[in-house]
Amino acid sequence: MNDTLTLDRPVAKTRAARTAIPEAIIEVISDSGEGAQRCGQSLGAIAARMGNGIWTTEIIPAEIQPPARSVAGASGIRIRIGSERVTNGGDQTELVVAFNEQVLIGRVSAGELKPGATILLESMWASHRDPAIVASYRETVAGLRRDGFDVHEVPLEERCKELVADPRKGKNMFVLGILCHLYGLDPTLAREQIARIFGKKDAKVIASNVALYDAGAAWGDANLGFSYRIPAQRSSQAQIVVNGNTAIALGVIASGMDICAMYPITPATSASHYLSEVFEKVGGLVHQAEDEIAACAFAVGASYAGKCAVTITSGPGFSLKQEVIGLAVMAEIPLVVVNVQRGGPSTGQPTKVEQGDALAAIFGSHGDAPKVVMAPCSIEDCFYSVITARKIAETFGMVVVVLSDASLSTAQQPFPRPSFNAEWLAPPVDQTPVPPGTKPYDWDPVTGLSRRFQPGRAGGMHTLTGLAHDRASKVAYDPAINEEGLRARSLKLAALQKTLKAPPVFGEEGGEGGDMLLIGWGSTMGAIEEAVTRLRGEGLRVASMHLRFLQPMPSGIREILARFKHAMTIEGNWSDKLEDELIDEDNRRYSALAMMLRSRFLVDIDCWSEARGQPIKPSDICRVVRAALQKKGTAS
Amino acid sequence: MSSSLSHCVIKLHEEHHDLEDYQGGVPRWCNGCGDNAILAAMQRLCSEEELAPENTVFVSGIGCSSRLPHYMKTYGFHGLHGRAFPVAEGIKIARPDLNVFVSTGDGDCCSIGAAHWIHALRYNINLTVVLHDNHVYGLTKKQASPTSPRGLKSNTTPYGALLEPMNPLTVSLGVQGASFVAQAVDWIPEVLYDIMRAAFHHRGFSFVRVLQRCPEFMPKAFDPWLHDPQRTMLLTHADGLQLSPSLASAYRNQREHDPINIDKAREIASLDDPIPVGILYRNPDAPCYEDLRHAGQLRSPEYIRAGLNRELDKFTVWPEDDVLATRAA
Repeated sequence: MNDTLTLDRPVAKTRAARTAIPEAIIEVISDSGEGAQRCGQSLGAIAARMGNGIWTTEIIPAEIQPPARSVAGASGIRIRIGSERVTNGGDQTELVVAFNEQVLIGRVSAGELKPGATILLESMWASHRDPAIVASYRETVAGLRRDGFDVHEVPLEERCKELVADPRKGKNMFVLGILCHLYGLDPTLAREQIARIFGKKDAKVIASNVALYDAGAAWGDANLGFSYRIPAQRSSQAQIVVNGNTAIALGVIASGMDICAMYPITPATSASHYLSEVFEKVGGLVHQAEDEIAACAFAVGASYAGKCAVTITSGPGFSLKQEVIGLAVMAEIPLVVVNVQRGGPSTGQPTKVEQGDALAAIFGSHGDAPKVVMAPCSIEDCFYSVITARKIAETFGMVVVVLSDASLSTAQQPFPRPSFNAEWLAPPVDQTPVPPGTKPYDWDPVTGLSRRFQPGRAGGMHTLTGLAHDRASKVAYDPAINEEGLRARSLKLAALQKTLKAPPVFGEEGGEGGDMLLIGWGSTMGAIEEAVTRLRGEGLRVASMHLRFLQPMPSGIREILARFKHAMTIEGNWSDKLEDELIDEDNRRYSALAMMLRSRFLVDIDCWSEARGQPIKPSDICRVVRAALQKKGTAS
Repeated sequence: MSSSLSHCVIKLHEEHHDLEDYQGGVPRWCNGCGDNAILAAMQRLCSEEELAPENTVFVSGIGCSSRLPHYMKTYGFHGLHGRAFPVAEGIKIARPDLNVFVSTGDGDCCSIGAAHWIHALRYNINLTVVLHDNHVYGLTKKQASPTSPRGLKSNTTPYGALLEPMNPLTVSLGVQGASFVAQAVDWIPEVLYDIMRAAFHHRGFSFVRVLQRCPEFMPKAFDPWLHDPQRTMLLTHADGLQLSPSLASAYRNQREHDPINIDKAREIASLDDPIPVGILYRNPDAPCYEDLRHAGQLRSPEYIRAGLNRELDKFTVWPEDDVLATRAA
């Protein structure tokens, strides 16, 4: 054994030998409960503090305690660290740390590892008392080496046992040490990060985890013949490092909303966890309702009483809320609904990403139920979208759906620290008497807008109803009155639409147009734009447009489409493939956004989508676009 | 709110309301419908308690019962079938200053909204709730409800209802956190009013089941009890119902019952003949959800700014961080 532990020694002694690289994609994969995600989050946070761009993507099994050493039980995290801003998880992993060979197998067979990738594999299984495990381990290692992977066996358990009683709880910090050493991350920042993680516990816990970290760094230094540095440039601005769900929760606080009503559901719940911890400290309240329907109805009740509320959910919960959403539409009660999308239909893939709910959000609830649908496209956008959503909801008396997804929910990306603006907040509940003669639904003939009569306003007494009603909120069975209400509620969308700006086009220079416009929405923005940059580097005339508002869509899209020979949406949902024998243009089901754009603009917009439960990769977009352009004969 | 005595006097004068101030649209219930008695009790209660109509909200679901808010001249929320409770909870938590009432029916509360009902009892939010229980779906034209008697022939049970009826009183009293459970009948308006008043004065979730006649679809359902006062057992207590002499002589089947006694309350709740009328259970000390959650706090922009910044601090990477100097590279 040549890896003597000298904990006080500065670990980064090999600085001369470091290879400078522009970016790295790293994964840490373990059984559930072994702390791979905490390790990766810490690595990302340390790199971010050094000024690197980062994007983390969590790999979460569906079960809390899946069987140990199983392919399906793989729990982990991908960390992409770059010199520049990083906007997505990238293509394939270059270095992976695996706590057993089984959790690794799934990542290999899913094609998530780069050919020849470096694998650091826990070696304890080689001497396990169960010969079947030993055989499986040996076989996997041999197979991986045959396939060209650079496998290093690492005595994680053995080394950690020297420092802590339960190595299973300590390996992740040992691995953090190895990784910080390999990528030249600052040990002082790393120790600070460890202190921050375990800050609630006593100094002993922090010290033992720092010891694990130092041991890992020392082991890496002594045993791995390679190390890198990823040049970093510290931002001149303060940056926030959070994941999408935390950004949403911070947005709820910043929006001035008082109440969040929710029911536990993956992958939305972590937003409510964080809110539950902090919302009361700023005078807010998280209500865990008895079910999704009640959560939505509770939020509607609070909003009706004058305090605009939010309900946060995912797919199945979103379906359950539709009836209450319809009531809010009919009665013109402001409401913010955050839907952190996951794979569907039904229970689907609870921990996996999918953009399958756009049409449900736009058309959900029976009858004509116009509502606003927004889709944040970055972690920063998760924060600001909620503030905008609250404002639109109250200004227009509408339901605003914010479509995040499982990818954004756990992804971390630094963004400039928001500077609080009192205009983000809702005004105090209006308790002034209602002017005589005014009606609760005094629909403006042009905009459809009416003023709200909150309880407490003298002279405004009326009974709100989900039945068709006239301007006085009286139940109306007259056909003309029904249409008057439908018209007013629909006009509000047009009134909002008139305020929206045309989306920017990425990659296009000076309105030159091009051969292909890629169109996306939501979490795929970073991957699409990275693909556009690469394709333009290859000389292809490709650009992209990303929609933040799916309903209503801003003006200007028609003109943008006209500048490009072809257009294609890139989406993380299902669309029929023309390669299938039965599929043709008479029956092909397009992706959600493609369908919306085709019907509105009467342009032959193609789509490419996948619903593999994984974030879309820039390289896959590049491949698809190259092929599409070749087929259309416009490639240069 | 009022800062001086003179101000109070003026406010009192301004805030005086007559019965008509609470009377909204003309009820469109059938002639002889028990809902009318409940409406009358509600309007009288609002008037006698001088509730400002603008600070009072009647929330309902869907069904005959749930039309009640339309006939009140207060704020009303006639929402979705079964969802009156969560809506009312949201209103009260957002605005503890409002008087919030709920009108619900045996279908609305005990069937489609049953989950919300159980949990509303648990939350114990300060709401005054009336379950209009006529043992049948009326608005959809005669289908069996969870409280329909066995054998009831309805449009969905043409050969007679097969299941034992649910007892909303025993269900309510089985829920931990329930703090006020009472039963009234529409045909004894004086007791109905007294119970409604006690329910209103109880701070917590006051659940009043009112047995209510449906002359259209259940014309004779309550006849045996109407015709024989002995089959109605009035629960009396110094902390409960006190009967007027005329009532006491008409309804001689009386039982002294202390509403704090949950075991006796559960025993009485199980009776179906005679039917108990009065306050079965009242626990003024049961904690209210709005108190546990410190609902209705006033917040200034400065307060929110400070709170948000405190949270942002946890996640901030500051540019002037001089730890950079020690960076390994």
